Amino acid sequence: MKEYLMGNYDVIVVGAGHAGCEAGLACARMGEKTVMFSINLEAVAMMACNPSIGGTGKGHLVREIDALGGEMGINTDKTFIQSRMLNRAKGPAVHSLRAQTDKNSYHIEMKKTLEAQENLTLKQGEVIDVIVENGKACGVVLRTGAVYRAKAVILATGTFLAGKIFIGESAFESGPNGMAPSSILAENLRNHGLPMRRFKTGTPARALAASFDYDKMIPQEGDEETVPFSFMNDDVSREQVKCWLTYTNENTHQVIRDNFHRSALFGGQIEGVGPRYCPSIEDKVNRFAEKERHQLFIEPEGLYTDEMYIQGMSSSLPEDVQVEFYRTIPGLENLEIVRPAYAIEYDCIDPLALKISLESRQIDNLFCAGQFNGSSGYEEAAAQGLMAGINTVFKIRGKDPFVLDRSEAYIGVLIDDLITKGTEEPYRIMTSRAEYRLVLRQDNADLRLTEKGYEAGLVSEERYRRFLEKKEAVEKETERISHKNVSPEEINPILEEKGSTPIKGSTPLIELLRRPEIKYDDTLPADPDRPELPAHQKTMLEVQIKYEGYIKKQQAQIEKFKRLENRKLSPDMCYSEIDGLRIEARQKLDKFKPLSVGQASRISGVSPADINVLLIHLEKNRRQKG
Amino acid sequence: MNDTIAAIATAYGEGGIGIIRISGSDALDASCKIFNFNGNKLKNRFMTYGHVKELSSGKIIDEALAVYMKGPASYTGEDVVEINCHGSMVSLRRTLQEILRCGVRMAEPGEFTKRAFLNGRLDLSQAEAVIDIIKAKSDKSFDVAMSQLDGSLSAEINKIRQKLLDLLVDIAVNIDYPDEDIEEITSEKIINNISAINDMIEKLLSGAHTGRMVREGINMVIVGKPNVGKSSLMNALMKETRAIVTEIPGTTRDTIEEGISIRGIPVFLTDTAGIRETDDPVEKIGIEKTKEAFNKADFIIYIVDSSTKIEDEDINIMDYIGERKCFVLMNKQDKGSVADKSEIMKRLPNAHIIETVLTSGIGVEEIEEAIERLVYEGEISQKDNLMVSNVRHIELLHRAKESLEQAAGMVSCGEALDFAETDVREAYEELGEITGDAVSEDIIDEVFARFCLGK
Repeated sequence: MKEYLMGNYDVIVVGAGHAGCEAGLACARMGEKTVMFSINLEAVAMMACNPSIGGTGKGHLVREIDALGGEMGINTDKTFIQSRMLNRAKGPAVHSLRAQTDKNSYHIEMKKTLEAQENLTLKQGEVIDVIVENGKACGVVLRTGAVYRAKAVILATGTFLAGKIFIGESAFESGPNGMAPSSILAENLRNHGLPMRRFKTGTPARALAASFDYDKMIPQEGDEETVPFSFMNDDVSREQVKCWLTYTNENTHQVIRDNFHRSALFGGQIEGVGPRYCPSIEDKVNRFAEKERHQLFIEPEGLYTDEMYIQGMSSSLPEDVQVEFYRTIPGLENLEIVRPAYAIEYDCIDPLALKISLESRQIDNLFCAGQFNGSSGYEEAAAQGLMAGINTVFKIRGKDPFVLDRSEAYIGVLIDDLITKGTEEPYRIMTSRAEYRLVLRQDNADLRLTEKGYEAGLVSEERYRRFLEKKEAVEKETERISHKNVSPEEINPILEEKGSTPIKGSTPLIELLRRPEIKYDDTLPADPDRPELPAHQKTMLEVQIKYEGYIKKQQAQIEKFKRLENRKLSPDMCYSEIDGLRIEARQKLDKFKPLSVGQASRISGVSPADINVLLIHLEKNRRQKG
Repeated sequence: MNDTIAAIATAYGEGGIGIIRISGSDALDASCKIFNFNGNKLKNRFMTYGHVKELSSGKIIDEALAVYMKGPASYTGEDVVEINCHGSMVSLRRTLQEILRCGVRMAEPGEFTKRAFLNGRLDLSQAEAVIDIIKAKSDKSFDVAMSQLDGSLSAEINKIRQKLLDLLVDIAVNIDYPDEDIEEITSEKIINNISAINDMIEKLLSGAHTGRMVREGINMVIVGKPNVGKSSLMNALMKETRAIVTEIPGTTRDTIEEGISIRGIPVFLTDTAGIRETDDPVEKIGIEKTKEAFNKADFIIYIVDSSTKIEDEDINIMDYIGERKCFVLMNKQDKGSVADKSEIMKRLPNAHIIETVLTSGIGVEEIEEAIERLVYEGEISQKDNLMVSNVRHIELLHRAKESLEQAAGMVSCGEALDFAETDVREAYEELGEITGDAVSEDIIDEVFARFCLGK
């Protein structure tokens, strides 16, 4: 086929899903001329699975993306139709925001943002190859023969890459949601020598809203007071929609068991590895045979469609079986399916082949993000897209990688886990993966990251100004209440009402706020002249005071962690020559070329004794040079 | 700044004095908490006389000399305090244990030397040597750690860890899957769980105190054919020791018990009749008594006459010893070595074999050392109670308990499951350091194994 040059850019982004959008926006906002390709522009920011953003761990990621100047939080605030803060009663570190969104609006709003973005061009086209010259990515080839050249390429191919859909006995090549798959590119990436593998995920059926019987299901309301995702927004309250809860029963399970043999999952057709946290219903019934019922949520796909998403019921059983088992469920007796559930298999890279900057170890200036890296979830994808975007720009400009470590952000945990430990299934973030989660809260994501985002050149002046104001206000108020004394007469009635021990003498207000039972707002009558603070500032103030001891303890742990993290290792280091390292450690370190002693310590097969040997070696080198 | 570390710095065994070295920014503060010197201040580079006292009670443990060396003019280049105690392992261990209660952690193998090098106190030519020390010590300490970890102790700790893991998984699933159809974890459930777990740790710790050993001593049974050298052993051990502590009165049986002190450890020796097939009713009673003594014993010393062949009675004895902790003395080496050592090794694969001539005291020192090691380095089960005597293990158990108490406190005042979880996780990790198990993906794997989750 004849190839022809169609354009020169700084950065090319392959894919316009949640990773691609953040990557493209980050590059363009930082001033690089960027072009994004999607097989189909209707797939821009497409929510191919559930109609919601956020949740435990994931909500933290969205806040962090926002704090760094990303788009996901803002776009969700624009388009959500129900919002809930999960885990309100379980402590501030795990409060997690989750919003049901209008899928179509989410796509449209994001597309509008991309189209309006300076330096950014969005094009429909199927990328079939990455041009690599002298070991360096410098362009892409489209199926039409069009060639685009650039200084760097970001791959964010999601489930499009060699996508294959399974519905019962039927299997066919396809991208998500009936989109065309990207099969030639998959083959070419393998030809370039990238270590590719196959993962699997799935989605439940969509059905017509009018075919449900709502009297038989339990309504699920959103929060009365909604909290925005974005630090740029104060009030996002609006009318919200309901979701619905119902349960499977023995009949459902019987239908599924009777048809196990027709499932693509058990039939052995699927070679990809699926995630444990997203099992299909046949998997649930099979593995948890003793469980009498499984819950499912019925969630609207949007305001301008009648389609409903059946959360908890993904499947690779044939359509006739799907209809049969869905209809055994209370409220779903007359269910009219409009899109059947399916399992989808796709190509992705082994993330151990990536550097911490998300650049390929094999091909320079080729950056990777999202499901392509073995993760799962819109939020995980967006977080990587943003980081890949920033790092691409940094690479082009000859700067050191932009790295967030495990003590700074869930994003850091996500990327460090992927590239240091690797993953054997599509990787989902969870709060239990974060060692330092008491400081990695969603209420302080801006405090942790906005400064860094500003320095990187992605955070706007306006966002930075808002951040400084918030920071200053909280600091000022903390200072004020540590000097503001309240008398027993003023405060004891309040304390008694809250079941708290009365005070004997005049006491600084801050001391009383350390008591778990006393909230900042409770003390207003004793401190009537206080400044008016917005809710998010009060939250941060309260958390910092109440859990100061714990936070300090964790900060001490972080300091210890940072000592090793800050001991940088040169990528040119030759570990096989270091006496005293065990053979396994030498091999692993030579393969990984970790950037810091801390990262080295997390590589499996490297022992604490090896780390000590390494430290001695570094000191030896330093002195020999000095 | 580095954290503060401590360890026994002198060679293992009975010396005139033993030194506890403490290094790091808190070295001075921490040692002042347990070292009382009549109001004198520890002065830089001066030796000060005083007493080591128990942190909780203020009771005096030992009299000692302490020297403070302000960094960087010290071995490690950091602030260092060295406490010179009496050389017995009892007092050294006690002192170390107390210092570890003051926010100081046990030094890793070779860590003082490592710090010395990193702080520029050792020159470049010594770098290789430092690496060798770290390697050698970690290999050795790994071996020791493994051999120290008596099967029953690690089983018990694993039991506790499993309970902690269950709790962590319950918490994790509640936090990470708030919308799932699973049992909600209540504060009450967490507190009950924690208190049950802490009881288990407490039980281990109650057997851990070296003071308990000092009070109660350990039971050692001597067995062997007549004239094999049992009396010589008792005499040899008693001659070596300073005093006969007690003679247990009122026992009319075929066993003789003596209370003696071996390197400061009270040991109750029981001399027994042998075990042989017999129809004689009187003798049968004697054999029953021997078996009874076996069951009470913390460990057994089995003496073999190396100048004669292994006989049926020896085989009976070895069969009966079976899995019990045991030393074998191949005595009368001067008279020849006819007894088949490989036969003994085959029948008692875990036994520690020592060659002796007890009448002239040859091998006695090795026996004492082996007993001491058994008590301080290993765990011997004392009358069904597990005995933890490794200082590091005790420290970790204490920490785990404190972490759990903090978690319970956090949960009982309401919210903040997330904060309590970090304490529980800390306890889990601390116990994992004893068994050498890392946390890694434990929790997440368990979450998915136990619960049916996901969209």
